[in-house]
Amino acid sequence: MNLRPLGVAPEPVRAAMATQRAQVSSGQLLTACRLGWEGGARLVALWGSDERDRQRGFRVRAVLEDRDGLTVLDHTLLREDARYPDLTPIFPAAARMQRATYDLVGIAAEADDQRPWLWLAGWPIDRFPLRRDFEPDPRWEPGEEDYAFVRVEGEGVHEIPVGPVHAGIIEPGHFRFQVVGEKVLRLEERLGYTHKGIEKRFESLSIADGAKLAGRVSGDSTVAYAWAYAQAVESLADVVPPPRATWLRALCLERERVANHLGDLGALGNDAGFALGLAQFSRLREDVLRRNEAAFGHRLLMDAVVPGGVARTLDTANALAIRDDAIRLRNEVAELRSLYDEHAGVQDRFRGCGVLANDVAHKLGVVGLAGRASGIDADLRRDLPVAPYDALAIEPATAATGDVAARVAVRFDEVLGSLRAIEVIIDKLGDPSLPPAIDTPLKEVADGSLGLGYVEGWRGPVLVALESGPGGSIRRCHPHDPSWQNWPAIEYAVIGNIVADFPLINKSFNLSYSGHDL
Amino acid sequence: MTLAGILSQLLQIAVAIALAPILVGWVNQCRALLQGKRPPPLLVPYRTIRKLFAKDAVVAGNASPIFRVTPYVVFGAMCCAAAIVPSLATALPFATAADAIALVGLFALARVFTALAAMDVGTSFGSLGARREMFVGFLAEPALLMVLFTASLISGSTSLPTIVDTLAHRELAIYPSLAFAGVAFTMVSLAENARIPVDNPATHLELTMIHEATLLEYSARHLALIEWASALKLFNYSCIGLALFVPFGIAEGTSGLAILAAAPVLVAKLAAGGAVLALIETVSAKLRIFRAPEFLGTAFLLAVLGMLVKLLLGS
Repeated sequence: MNLRPLGVAPEPVRAAMATQRAQVSSGQLLTACRLGWEGGARLVALWGSDERDRQRGFRVRAVLEDRDGLTVLDHTLLREDARYPDLTPIFPAAARMQRATYDLVGIAAEADDQRPWLWLAGWPIDRFPLRRDFEPDPRWEPGEEDYAFVRVEGEGVHEIPVGPVHAGIIEPGHFRFQVVGEKVLRLEERLGYTHKGIEKRFESLSIADGAKLAGRVSGDSTVAYAWAYAQAVESLADVVPPPRATWLRALCLERERVANHLGDLGALGNDAGFALGLAQFSRLREDVLRRNEAAFGHRLLMDAVVPGGVARTLDTANALAIRDDAIRLRNEVAELRSLYDEHAGVQDRFRGCGVLANDVAHKLGVVGLAGRASGIDADLRRDLPVAPYDALAIEPATAATGDVAARVAVRFDEVLGSLRAIEVIIDKLGDPSLPPAIDTPLKEVADGSLGLGYVEGWRGPVLVALESGPGGSIRRCHPHDPSWQNWPAIEYAVIGNIVADFPLINKSFNLSYSGHDL
Repeated sequence: MTLAGILSQLLQIAVAIALAPILVGWVNQCRALLQGKRPPPLLVPYRTIRKLFAKDAVVAGNASPIFRVTPYVVFGAMCCAAAIVPSLATALPFATAADAIALVGLFALARVFTALAAMDVGTSFGSLGARREMFVGFLAEPALLMVLFTASLISGSTSLPTIVDTLAHRELAIYPSLAFAGVAFTMVSLAENARIPVDNPATHLELTMIHEATLLEYSARHLALIEWASALKLFNYSCIGLALFVPFGIAEGTSGLAILAAAPVLVAKLAAGGAVLALIETVSAKLRIFRAPEFLGTAFLLAVLGMLVKLLLGS
């Protein structure tokens, strides 16, 4: 993105992909965002930090992505009651990030909606956990919060509150429906129930120890987070992971994608009342997880990716088994796909259900799988490839209709694409000319520098922004899940659908609670 | 009313109450097998009921007596239904007191109480479930009545034992009217018993529930009775279906020997019926709620066709 029209001189940031960073005034922040939006950029993340100990007040940081790479915009607020410009007119996805920034750091945007987002009365409302002078007190009692949901008035309109405690053992989220009969007029989400202070916890860890925590931000995306964190550390320490490590990382990431998509495809069948699909896909997913355990020592591949490389290499027997699995899996998935495609009952539930139109998805900045199902042709593995994706030539799977069926189709296509990629990777790993090294020693990290990692996880792009403190400590680490962008999209996708179809629509997005609530 | 008749009647109710959970367990086993899973033990429904009876009941503070009596009313209604549905024998002294129309009424009674209890506590899911439950009910009941009328037209009586006696003594042939009625009855049974494709008894998604949503507030012995009553309802529907469409092998007297001989036949027929139910549930997906009227409308249409065939063609 070209920042020169703004009159600011961006400095390059060392990262796995082209990244620049600029200090901007409030006016420049708005202009940069507007120019970015017009040039096809989207907002990746927005967060705040307390810089008063360095006499810099507070900082709001926004990250934009376009085809040139990442742009980090820093804006300084000298006083805590100063406000930064509201970015929601340009990027609607900024709304919840701005509200969460207030909850955690205590700096507000000039926005109309000042309701809390992650704050659920777990700490006093005038305390801000990410401030450096924040002292938690065990005497704090959970308080009452009075959240102003938007209500719909009118004849026959009634309200259905769902969650955060559900009839089944599923993740906690609150959904407030305004319905007429069965038809949904409006849905409002309320999240934050799995807020566990991950960002605060990072600040008490060393950069080396942070890798484990990063891999646990959202368990189903552990490889994506671990890789993004590793990228951030590697750019801070100015090292490049050895080629074999990058191939192994890609293998893990694609296996994570396959396992999650298989699980979702089964669950989507089940939510349409087709339990046969769940049984079959669960079996396939279990095979993948067991192979992970055998080959990498963990079913979900936690801690397989470490800063500097990977934790363990792949032996020949497991490599061959993974290759055989991939070929077998491809046939079985193709068979199950035709079962879904030809089942009238399943198709009746999937098609035309939960439509997220392309223009809405584009405006909301929807990313990843959900975006591709609404015709947004974006995939980091092709758009901003890091090794080894520059050699893998991934072709993003897209669909145009934006309904549940489209998200199912994209999942099928991506599973097949990942299985093909896995075969290529295994062949590459068997290539004797590939050096055997799988990690590289990390160098000392200077105080006060910024490293970024950005990886296309199975849900969408995962960002990890890491700032170093003195002596190899973490000053600030902000992990950003693609669910931030996609949660608001569900509110749009369910409008006009019937209440009973919500679980199916929600499952077709399958967004992260933990990664979002932090 | 003879002593033997009363004994036969009581035996039949006892058999229904005792066997009903096995039927549910059997359907679950068949379904698991058809999905390629290892089946759960046959006796799981009994264990669930025992477990629930051992627990302490939790009742909402604002629950009215309706909420508390509903499990007993529903269970009682299903027991009464078991008394007038010929399962083992057609000699049922109680059956003279209630005919096929009363049977539909008994099911309706249970449904009305379930819906009232669901709304009683005032949770949004209860009201949602009650609304959907009545929605399915008002579509299913006419179709069920039509099926029973078709059978009544053939035998000239609305008393179930008489109907079964008549049907069992006809020569073996395919009767178009009964074939139509049979398909209609199968569809109605799926809806009335909250099975796929109309409802999904296994779901944990409260927003998609129909029947289950009405039960969310129940626990312990109340829930045990309701679960048991659901099993009885499935058993009763299966027995009605078997008695109307495959009545062969049912005992016609009250002699112990005849009833003893009828028992294995009944078990075999129920096992086959349960397997068919599991097959239907495995190969279908759940319908979108607003497809239920089409589904039940088709059932009603088929039942009416059955009756018209009987009236106009006499076959």
